[in-house]
Amino acid sequence: MAEVLVLAELNAAGGGVRKTTLEALTAARALGEPSAVVLGAPGTAAAVRDQLAEYGAAIVYVAESADVEDYLVAPKAEVLAQLVSEKSPAAVVIPSSPEGKEIAARLAVKTGSGFLTDVTEIAADGTATQVAFAGQTIVHSQVTVGTPIYTLRGNSVAPEPAPAAGAEQPVPVSISDQAKQVRVVERVVEQKSSRPELTEASIVVSGGRGVASAENFTIIEGLADSLGAAVGASRAAVDSGFYPHSFQVGQTGKTVSPQLYVAVGISGAIQHRAGMQTSKTIVAINKDPEAPIFELADFGVIGDLNTVVPTATEQIKARK
Amino acid sequence: MNIVVLVKQVPDSGSERKLDPADNTVARATADNVINEMDEYAIEEALLVREREGGEVTILTVGPDTATDAIRKALSMGADKAVHVVDDAIHGSCAVQTSAVIAAALQQMEYDLVLCGAEATDAQLSVMPALLAERLGLPQLSGARKLTVEGGMARIERQTDGGYWAVEAPMPAIVSTWDTINEPRYPSFKGIMAAKKKPVETKSLADLGLDASTVGLGSATSKVLDFAGRPPKGEGIKVTDEGDGAEKFVEFLAAQKIV
Ligand SMILES: Cc1cc2nc3c(=O)[nH]c(=O)nc-3n(C[C@H](O)[C@H](O)[C@H](O)COP(=O)(O)OP(=O)(O)OC[C@H]3O[C@@H](n4cnc5c(N)ncnc54)[C@H](O)[C@@H]3O)c2cc1C
Ligand SMILES: Nc1ncnc2c1ncn2[C@@H]1O[C@H](COP(=O)(O)O)[C@@H](O)[C@H]1O
Repeated sequence: MAEVLVLAELNAAGGGVRKTTLEALTAARALGEPSAVVLGAPGTAAAVRDQLAEYGAAIVYVAESADVEDYLVAPKAEVLAQLVSEKSPAAVVIPSSPEGKEIAARLAVKTGSGFLTDVTEIAADGTATQVAFAGQTIVHSQVTVGTPIYTLRGNSVAPEPAPAAGAEQPVPVSISDQAKQVRVVERVVEQKSSRPELTEASIVVSGGRGVASAENFTIIEGLADSLGAAVGASRAAVDSGFYPHSFQVGQTGKTVSPQLYVAVGISGAIQHRAGMQTSKTIVAINKDPEAPIFELADFGVIGDLNTVVPTATEQIKARK
Repeated sequence: MNIVVLVKQVPDSGSERKLDPADNTVARATADNVINEMDEYAIEEALLVREREGGEVTILTVGPDTATDAIRKALSMGADKAVHVVDDAIHGSCAVQTSAVIAAALQQMEYDLVLCGAEATDAQLSVMPALLAERLGLPQLSGARKLTVEGGMARIERQTDGGYWAVEAPMPAIVSTWDTINEPRYPSFKGIMAAKKKPVETKSLADLGLDASTVGLGSATSKVLDFAGRPPKGEGIKVTDEGDGAEKFVEFLAAQKIV
């Protein structure tokens, strides 16, 4: 069976592989037999091999070097390009993070290939599905030149185990000076949250301008915590200083596709929809019966969030 | 310090956007076209660096005739001049091809920094800085929420989930900016008037030494096979809160087996 390279995206030091990697391994199986590629500092692969094998990696290529962590993006693209030229895979699948898309782009130039970003599905013949224009248009596309490179949008494919050998194969790494121009000086975490990561969460509760203040966002957090959800925010809420930018959902923020999306005090502007329209179930709580968010909602409550949300939070807690 | 800012014209994200069924490319001729919002932040950042360091800000746009509106907007904000690459053969190009055109144009220019938006709102790729860095061998400083230049080095805070990475590289370098980096200025009346007299140089593929067969729909590295509108959602349930809104919401969640 044809080999498909899947770039493993890892959590910060020791945190295992990200769910997006398991999704990518699952999606890659439509095209052939996945091999995982682990790029990281020495010692990275040992901790994640088992998980990669469980989700279908026949081979785990281990390319470990401090350079891969110390310099931005370019070294990873270089190692992948080397693997593509040695293994001639049928395709390359990469989780669709900002870095993943940049690696895909560089790899495309290096290997003379085409690439498709943010795909939500990959068919056996290589046709990919993409969602365009704020979720309003569904597109089928194909790479027509070189080795097809895909970046897979998070939460679009359900990860399914398919145990395989996961044989470790070391890859010698020598990064060119050209790829070592951009040095990562420091990685700074400003918000540590015990909540699930926004793009990976199966439930997201978002607040908008209607929440009215930063303090009042505790209402949103309360509901989120009762559901084990991530917290999101509209741009108006972010611009008003209610919640940090890294939680913004929408065209210029994160794209989420959870099982359940709860929009609280959000009007449903097209740029907000762009980031949440593909959620499986959408609930809206808004005091304006004409708010466009209701057009998308599977369930809507017309009412004041300040009473509806805390009451619902109490009732959800009571059910546990 | 000479700065080139990449500016794209895109269909307004707030109005209806479509693909053209004739060739499955973005319907630009019938769209309500505007300057890519993200690029305004790149322009603003370039103007701020120029205020500190001196030098010139040049806009570079690859796009159809109508893109002159986006160029004028950039000039009215305060950029000094512009280069507009227009050629009918470019229609339908993929990102890989467009990056070759932009790279060729940049090779005819002098710069210490190339600034661009973190993403174009039409296709939302966020790949142009990576593509250009790869083609030109330039350092890629992408996704900036802060930029400082000092002693021949450019340093950014690269926005990440829940924080940032401090990354640095020697100039010339290519930097892309998010909307967290600054607050773009509005063009003043004086700026709008002045923009009308600022030089805009038009270049064709031939001027860039590029063969028309390497760009455009015919040789694109990927193609759209077909597209369709998203199937409309079935009518949802809507309740008005009369003291029982929360309860009905929780019952809905229970029916969905979420709680
Ligand atoms: C290029 C571009 C990119 C953009 N990118 C994004 C993006 O990534 N994400 C994004 O979200 N937006 C984005 N926007 C902005 C977008 O157009 C809207 O302005 C924004 O989404 C509005 O946020 P909102 O719904 O919170 O605020 P509003 O539109 O002001 O809506 C507030 C809602 O809260 C309701 N409300 C008020 N008080 C209460 C109460 N007590 N109880 C219940 N309901 C209440 C109101 O009825 C109203 O519907 C972008 C815009 C542009 C031009
Ligand atoms: N045709 C173009 N002409 C000029 N700049 C462009 C063009 N396409 C993309 N860019 C720049 O690259 C950035 C990122 O675009 P993208 O990678 O397509 O999302 C944009 O914000 C622009 O600054």
